[in-house]
Amino acid sequence: MTPLTVVLFAVGTYLLRLTGPVLSHRIEMSDRARAWLTLPAVALLAALAATATVFSGAELDSWARPAGVLVGVLTALRKLPFVVVVLVAAGTTAGLRLLGVP
Amino acid sequence: MDPGLTRDVGALAVATALVGASFGAIAVAAGLSVWLVVAMSVFVFAGASQFAAVAVIASGGSPLAAVLAGLVLNVRHVPLGLAVGDILAGSRSRRLLGSHLLVDEGVAFALAQSDPRRRRLAYWFTGVSLFVAWNVGVAAGAVAGRGIGDPAGLGLDAAFPAALAALLLPSLRQRQPRRVALIAVLLALATTPVLPPGVPVLLALAALPVVAMPGSARDRSEPAADQRPGRTRPDTGEDSR
Repeated sequence: MTPLTVVLFAVGTYLLRLTGPVLSHRIEMSDRARAWLTLPAVALLAALAATATVFSGAELDSWARPAGVLVGVLTALRKLPFVVVVLVAAGTTAGLRLLGVP
Repeated sequence: MDPGLTRDVGALAVATALVGASFGAIAVAAGLSVWLVVAMSVFVFAGASQFAAVAVIASGGSPLAAVLAGLVLNVRHVPLGLAVGDILAGSRSRRLLGSHLLVDEGVAFALAQSDPRRRRLAYWFTGVSLFVAWNVGVAAGAVAGRGIGDPAGLGLDAAFPAALAALLLPSLRQRQPRRVALIAVLLALATTPVLPPGVPVLLALAALPVVAMPGSARDRSEPAADQRPGRTRPDTGEDSR
């Protein structure tokens, strides 16, 4: 990878990041339309969390990671603090791997 | 500063730094120089796309193919940026700087807050914290090399999806976001085995026309604030903590 391709990568990523805020600034929108725009973010983040749980690349992952995420989500549903959710998810997966679960 | 937010973002920052260290080590092992790895992390600042680009290089692909693979993963920043447009409204410098700090977790932390002031605080604090953590981690990993170990042993690959899910829970208490999320998840999971990385998550946006067009009959069941004088905007869900 050359410095030039890194520049290309950085500029491209920055322009993608800048698009939303600039469009949002340029286009007159009602509060209601703005509130609606959180829905695509919910869709993306939910899809991101789900695919990162179940897949490694295009392959189905084994059990340790989905199990950890599931235990983490159950922890969150029981209204335990966020830090606990993160630690429990990571701890469960790390523990299962230590026990030899792939 | 809100102690709850500091602690929550702190947990993700530690995890981010460790994953950054692993990225630094992998990128240097793939033949990139230390300074190029550090520069990439500061100016691209998008972990998943950086891993994807370096994976293409490591498997013998061309630099251009690597950049394209990375950029496809970053297209999701466009709709994410629209969702936080109000946070970056105001001055031009705020938009220019705040856009570079746009990360999944920052949007998720912002969505989990109910009042505008806390949304802004959560967005900026998460963005700055993860920017520092990621770059410190990458620099350390790039210098230390392979000795740094694999973050999979620490279960960090489970920590990030669990964190995103936990931050989404308050939004999912309402019916419409819950239906959108459910269909988005099904679409992304069904297409991940057959589509290039990054595309399934974008395809998940097809969940929106299915359940939640603005102004649709279903949407009208939740009256907007401006139709109810004397009331503030409808609460978008309780505070996450």
